[in-house]
Amino acid sequence: MIRIQSLTKCFGNRVAVDNIDFSVDKGEIVGFLGPNGAGKTTTMRIITGYFMPTRGDVWIANYNMATHSLEGRRLIGYLPEMVPLYSDMTTRAYLQYVARLRGLDRRKTKSRIDDVVQLCALHEYIDVILGKLSKGFRQRVGLAQAIIHDPEVLILDEPTIGIDPIQVAQTRKLIQELGKDRTILLSTHVLPEASMICERVIIIHEGRIVAQDRIDNLSTLLKGVNRLRVKVQGPAGKVTKRLGRIMGVHKATYERPYHFVEFSAETQPQAEIMEALVQEGWTLLSLESIEMSLENIFLQLTAEKERGR
Amino acid sequence: MKNIGIVAFKELKIYLTSPMAYVVTAIFLALSGTFFITYLAGTNYTDTSIRGFLDVGQILILLLAALLTMRLVAEEKKLGTWELLLTVPVRDAEIILGKFFASVAVLGVMLILTFYYSLLLLIFGDPDLGPIGTSYLGLFLLGCASLAVGIFASSLTSDQIVSAVVTCGILFGLWLIGVAGSITPGAFGDILSYISLSYYFPDFARGILDTRGIVYYISIAVIFLYLAIQSTETDRWH
Repeated sequence: MIRIQSLTKCFGNRVAVDNIDFSVDKGEIVGFLGPNGAGKTTTMRIITGYFMPTRGDVWIANYNMATHSLEGRRLIGYLPEMVPLYSDMTTRAYLQYVARLRGLDRRKTKSRIDDVVQLCALHEYIDVILGKLSKGFRQRVGLAQAIIHDPEVLILDEPTIGIDPIQVAQTRKLIQELGKDRTILLSTHVLPEASMICERVIIIHEGRIVAQDRIDNLSTLLKGVNRLRVKVQGPAGKVTKRLGRIMGVHKATYERPYHFVEFSAETQPQAEIMEALVQEGWTLLSLESIEMSLENIFLQLTAEKERGR
Repeated sequence: MKNIGIVAFKELKIYLTSPMAYVVTAIFLALSGTFFITYLAGTNYTDTSIRGFLDVGQILILLLAALLTMRLVAEEKKLGTWELLLTVPVRDAEIILGKFFASVAVLGVMLILTFYYSLLLLIFGDPDLGPIGTSYLGLFLLGCASLAVGIFASSLTSDQIVSAVVTCGILFGLWLIGVAGSITPGAFGDILSYISLSYYFPDFARGILDTRGIVYYISIAVIFLYLAIQSTETDRWH
């Protein structure tokens, strides 16, 4: 449904997207992961026709966006990173305007507005001026706008950024719901979000794709190493050494006031750690597992890629 | 065509619901009305023409065009809605033309509101209607050309003030080269006059329908609308 071939985008001398290839099949939900400035937004802007690529091609269904942009754009619903709202319009007037621009006739516009208001739970805000909406509702109106014409392809740029946790959960559910009969590409820099919603992720770093795979395949790669953060009352040097000797532990380090323990995903050393500490007569103050930050994962993936070359 | 209508209709609604168009129209009517009447008083009510209105009206229209058009594209860029407009299945030309026609409609209403000057003359005197008709045509064409320049300037920036200043710069520049043309001897002076906004208006005011003037104003409008569309297109390439 979406096919991208050797896509490159330069802004002056800066290369924002560097020769990337990927495709999203019909009905797939694909996560587009990367730290800020990785090139996610630029890629999405090219897919939606907002930017023209410096080199390479984008295909939506059978339309090349360079030559058949209008036909391609008809198939896409797009939620940009900065939700495009007219602050002095009401929700209803705004959705009407977008629907009309999307080519819906008056009757269809009315029925679709009812549908998306229902879907995005906007009843109470339908006659409110957009400028007065909270961030979460702005995001929802943005999403409503993106699906008003019932598009086959949805491009969502950071759909859950800046909204409160309850709304995040609702939005994710909504996206999953929408994904049942649509092709979705969504960008995020929150790793758990991608693994929750998407079937497949594409990881981009500094304009290049560093990994793309199904979530279950990637998670073994990404979760190859787990970390624990341990706070112990006891002589730091000895504690570090003792932790390092426990079965399955790769590495134990000390960064005041915490000890960090890295271990492989197959083992569960928590019990042994506690046992060892009790034996030595030290007091365990806290023990928690910490997820690898996305930044670390990128470093790991890019490092692996370099080594592979 | 339909898309031009959709964009124009939305812009008109914004004109109607925001203070800018009302303030601009009020100032236009107040100033042009004052000059209309002081001119008449100056001739002791012997010259029943709208010359007073025209003298100031032609300059005011340049300023008002800058104020009416400054937000048309610049604000969309600031709000992020430009990204929406450029990713819906609507041509860049349709967006620009929709915005242009909305501003032309406001200009039209503004001019229609000044018809009562002529009505007063008809009631209390015996004005020559021919020159009044051609004057309005001239004002309207001059206005259309100015609005096109304004939209072009607005498409260059996300800052409304910059847009207004650039519009005034271009319009007054095109106006003043006419003054330069009239004092420069020879063919060069003629060329300066021919390309200036101010050269053609006096004929319209005198009641002369010169095709050169009509073609000139329409050409300016077409050229700047074309440039606005090109600038939108270029944005996609950066």
